[in-house]
Order: sequence, then C-alpha cells, then structure tokens
Amino acid sequence: MKASLFITCFNDTLFPETGQATVRLLERLGVEVDFPREQTCCGQMHFNSGYADETVPLVRRFVSVFADSEVVVAPSASCVGMVRDYYTDVAERSGDEALKEEVRALQPRVLELSEFLIDRLGVEDVGAYFPHQVTYHPTCHSLRILHVGDRPLRLLRAVAGIDLVELPEAEECCGFGGTFAVKNADTSMAMLTDKVRAVLDTGAQVCTAGDNSCLMHIGGALSRQRAGVRAMHMAEILASTDEVRP
Amino acid sequence: MSAPTSLPVAGSRTPGPREPFPDAARRALADEQLRHNIGHATKTIREKRARVVGELPDWEALREAGRAIKERVLRHLDDYLVELETSVQRAGGHVHWARDADEANRVVGDLVAAHGAEEVVKVKSITTEETQLNEALAERGIHCWETDLAQLIIQLGEDSPSHILVPAIHRNRAEIRELFMRTLDEAPDDLSDDPRALAEVARRHLRRKFLAAKVGISGANFAVAETGTVSVVESEGNGRMCTSLPEVLISVMGIEKLIPRWQDFEVYLQTLPRSSTAERMNPYTSLWTGVAPEDGPREFHLVLVDNGRTNVLADVVGRQALNCIRCSACLNVCPVYERTGGHAYGSVYPGPIGAILTPMLEGIDRAGSLPYASSLCGACYAVCPVKIDIPRVLVHLRHLEVEHTAREGGLRARLGPERVAMRVMAGVFGSRRRYEAAQRAARLGQWPLAHGGRIQRLPGMLAGWTTMRDLRPVPAESFREWWRRRSEPGEDG
Repeated sequence: MKASLFITCFNDTLFPETGQATVRLLERLGVEVDFPREQTCCGQMHFNSGYADETVPLVRRFVSVFADSEVVVAPSASCVGMVRDYYTDVAERSGDEALKEEVRALQPRVLELSEFLIDRLGVEDVGAYFPHQVTYHPTCHSLRILHVGDRPLRLLRAVAGIDLVELPEAEECCGFGGTFAVKNADTSMAMLTDKVRAVLDTGAQVCTAGDNSCLMHIGGALSRQRAGVRAMHMAEILASTDEVRP
Repeated sequence: MSAPTSLPVAGSRTPGPREPFPDAARRALADEQLRHNIGHATKTIREKRARVVGELPDWEALREAGRAIKERVLRHLDDYLVELETSVQRAGGHVHWARDADEANRVVGDLVAAHGAEEVVKVKSITTEETQLNEALAERGIHCWETDLAQLIIQLGEDSPSHILVPAIHRNRAEIRELFMRTLDEAPDDLSDDPRALAEVARRHLRRKFLAAKVGISGANFAVAETGTVSVVESEGNGRMCTSLPEVLISVMGIEKLIPRWQDFEVYLQTLPRSSTAERMNPYTSLWTGVAPEDGPREFHLVLVDNGRTNVLADVVGRQALNCIRCSACLNVCPVYERTGGHAYGSVYPGPIGAILTPMLEGIDRAGSLPYASSLCGACYAVCPVKIDIPRVLVHLRHLEVEHTAREGGLRARLGPERVAMRVMAGVFGSRRRYEAAQRAARLGQWPLAHGGRIQRLPGMLAGWTTMRDLRPVPAESFREWWRRRSEPGEDG
C-alpha cells in the first residue's frame, strides 16, 4: 500500500523524531511512504485563532499538494481533524465550488495514524517492543472530532513489554488549545496542573498521546517540574523494537 | 468567600464592554473556596449525568430529534410564533410582544401596576435575569421575590447567578447558613448548616410570600405553538406555587423557546432532566393552557421577548445557539467553567453556551474575549442534548471578532503583535521556500533563549507559556531535512 505522509508543520519543525518514527513504523509494515515536499501547514492555527481569510490559501495549497495521494497519514489527530471537519467550512467560506469539490474528495482519504493502522492496514500488533511503564492521554481532537475511540489503546496494548497504566480523568483537556494557552494562560495553567497531577499519580515513566501539541504542553510542565517523566508521541513507541529504541 | 460581582450582565442597560475574560478568570482562579465549591459540584453532576444518559439506548437519536425539532422551529419561527399567539388567545390568555429588555420590563411592570400589587413572586427564570426585570420593577416600587431556593440565595446575598441551573453553585452551605442568619427573620438562632434545616427556613419564608402574592411571574421552558400550552420544568415545586396560586400569571419567554407540537415534549422531557439535574424525570413539570374557569390564575399573560434573538437568527452558523434548552450540561463538563466559575463570563449565560450566546445577543464589540474562553476541547458539544456545535460557533465568532477589530480597531489594532505575526506566518506557509527558510531562521534565532536543552523564558505575548512550562528548542534537523538526506544522499540537506 502507498501512503503520503502529512507530517504537519509542528512535527516537521519541532518534533522530527515523531516523523522519523512514523516512517520507520509504516515501512516496517510494508507501506510505501512518500513525502510531498511542497506541504507546509494545514491552517489550523490561523483558522482557530480567528484568521479565516488567511486560512483559505493554506487549504488550497493542502488539497493541491495531496490531490494525487491514495491515502494521507498524519501523526496528529488535531491537524487531521482540521482537514476532515473544518476544511468544509473554509471551502464554504471561499465560495469556490471547485475548492469545495476538491475538499470533499480529499477528506475521507486523510487519516490519523491509529486510524490508518487499524482501519486500513488491519493491524493491532505492529511488532513493537517498549519495556516501560506508559500512560496514555487521549487528546480532545482525537476523541471528540475524529472519534478514534480506543484504537490507540488497542495498538499500545499489543506492544511487547509495555506496562500500560490507566490515566485518571483521562478525557479531560490538558489546557493547551493552541493560542488558548497564551491568551488565557492562567486558566490553561489550572487545567495543566490537574492533568500533570493525574499523570504523576499513575507513576508512569512515559506519558504518550497522538498529538505532539498536547504533549509539548504536558511535557513542558513535566520538564519545568523536573518530574522525571517523559512525554513521547505514540508513533515513537509503536516504532520502537528490540533493535531500535527511541 | 467570593465577593458579589458588579460586572454588567447580558441585557444590561449599562453600556460599554465588560471586563475581558482572562482578567476576570485570573481573579476567580485565585479563589480557593470558589474553586472547591464549583469543582466539587460540577464533578458530582457530571458523573451522575453520564450514568443516567447511559441508561438510554436511543440517547443519540433523542439528541438528533431535539436538534431537528429546534431547527424546524427556527426555520419557520415567524409562522410558529403567530400560531402560538392564536392558540394562547383561543385559550383565554393575552399575548404581548417585546422588542428588547426595556419593552419587556415595561409590559410586565404595567401589568403588575394595573393590579395594584407591590410584591410579586417569581419562578426562577433566566430570561428575566437577562432583561433585569427585578431591577426594573424595583424602580417602580414593586418588589419581586425569588422563590427558587438557589435564586433566593442569590437575591438575599445581592449576588448574581453563576450557573444556569444552579445559580448559587459558587456558595457552600456554611456560606448559605451565614446569609440566612443575616437576612431572614425566620432563621432560628441555632440554625445549623444541614441542608434540610436551611431548606426549612427558606420554606417558611416562601410560604408567606406565596399566600400573599396577587401576581406570579415565570419564565418558560417550552411553549407549544399548536395548543398554546406553556411549561415550566423544575425540581422544588416552588414554580408550581407561583404558577397556580396567584390570581394573575405573567410568563416571560424568549421567542425561540417554542416547540411546534405537544408530542415534541416526548423528546425534551427525556433529555432535559437527564442533562440538567441528571435525573430520569424532574419532580415538577407544570403545564398550563390559557386560563381555566375553576383552577389556577384568573388571568394569564405571555410576554414574547426578542432582545437580540433575531440577530442570532440572522447568523447562519451561530443560530444553532437558539436550540439551547438551558440544561447547563455544557457548563458542568467545561474544564474552563469548572475552574473559573460563572461570574468570569460577566453574563447571565456563563460557560460554553454563554461564550457563544452573549457575543451574539449583545454584539461582538461588547463580549469579544468570550469566544476565546475555550480550549476547543469539544466536551460541551459531546453532551449537548440539542447538538449545538459550540466549538464550531466559537471559532466562527473568533473570525467575526478578528474582522471587527480590523474594521473598527484602527491602525493600532491592525498593527497588533498577534495580527502581524499571523499575517507573517500566513505568508511563510504560503511558500515552501519561505517556510524552509523560516525553519532555519527559528533554529538560529533561538540561541539567546535556549539554555541546557530548555527554553525557560519567552518574550512578549508568548511569555504566558513559560510561566509554568519549558519549551524544547527547535532541533538541529527538521523532518524534511532528514527525509531529503535519507532519500537523496548525494544532495545537500
């Protein structure tokens, strides 16, 4: 199977190891991965911050970059949620019938990593080995926009050696919310404090999720507190084997 | 103990913008008692709601039906309103139309004055909070007694509601005991803070008011266009007293509160109690149709209030906010509301629904910070029994706010750091070459900030991030550089 990687600007710039892990994982499972180099940003930051007009050209760019892709995979539920859910609104706003049609045609082919692995490849055990205690934070957009359900947990449970511990109040938002963390920094911090407390209560060494944005938020606080707990994208756990450790 | 707020509320007759949400929230976040009270109350009701909703196998179908009925109402609002007027008149009631809060208050005030009443009893009603009816009646020398227990607590404390359903959610029982001791003659000297004892004091106080009042005032949860039936859904029975004991009943209702047919109750009487108080069925559902010869009030008036609702209706994305049946499930699941409480929203409509309704009812210029008072986590949409896509409307209102500021804010607003940054970023993302150059620039530009593999202090508008979070520096190689190096080994990365 062929798949185009939509790395997301955030991962590309700040978390290249997640992209590398995604490539390693997919290739190990026999997927032929390509990386359309013209991709930049899906436009979520502009759209969610109120800059709708600035989003339209980014949507145009995205649909043209991935127009020929059989399937598009991204290690980010949030950015996939933008494409699958909000691109309709942006296209509507543009008033451009051709764009609306292109968006409609592309949307079902854009998948978050756990969706791709389980729904398209039909695998739960990806052959990973990760002998650590891990807790999983289901990110808001994976839960409530993409409805990935327990797909990530099914993948993680099948990892050899993993000790998966349940996160209390797991479905509560970590308080990131893009510019929310800066514009409403105090409220965001209050939410983050509770999330970090829940993570620490599990005793896990690693907090994982399907979105590096939320992990940067949680991990940023763990780092500031010198908590000795690492935030790590799910793709890196799924990519690790006995030979290759992150 | 939280101080009574003096913030302007929705429908307030004092013009001018309200305090920005981040500032009001900062104060609320520092109030330990408030955090404890609201955190405890919302968690309890959240868990209970999940349980009783889980019992219904057709919950999703009920949500969809609830949404679809309201959508039909909004699409044909003009026809249904006229049908309602005819039905109410046919049943012996009178119908009044009010463009705004002042007009609604004048109509009610005139009716009360015409009956020579100096005291009236009122069912808990958010619409009359919105129009500030109590204050308007007070100006005419009429005292309006709140009869809902929580609303009475608010009134006695000269406080304002902080929750749609549980207006005094920010108060605990020790605070309520102290308030009753101070304000109610019926409170014995040895009053305990046992909820039963507190309720008994309020009961004795309210019975006197019920028996003396000539005029009762209510809101309306629903009004049936087909039959003219008006309904109030409640828990205490005090609403039933107000709507059945006085000679005259005046119901004040937002124009969106109607449902087409009697049968539509089937949906909402299942979803509303479960979503609001987390009960399978609420204790009292009062329904009345005009006046009946031997029972209840002799005279019935229905006041239909617009007060900004037609503006909401005109917004094709935002109009779904008018589906709201005021259950407050969105407040109870909202991580922002749970931590800041209702007063931070500066409106009678707090929480997620308030964050979309207030800016639309009052204008984005008066409530521009509210659409940003959300992490867009989507918990509100997931529980809404009429499927209001609150995150989508929040984002839509952010677009309107950005446009409004660009239009009205002058040069200073147009050159604000966020706007400039967003413009620049849009340009960067518009071209691969610019984007890749920006990645390299970020790596080079961060050197004064990064120490020991961490960024612990960011400048300007990003400083909020590093108050409690580190930031990892931009790594030496981007993903795309790695990809290029890997797939084209000969080429310069």
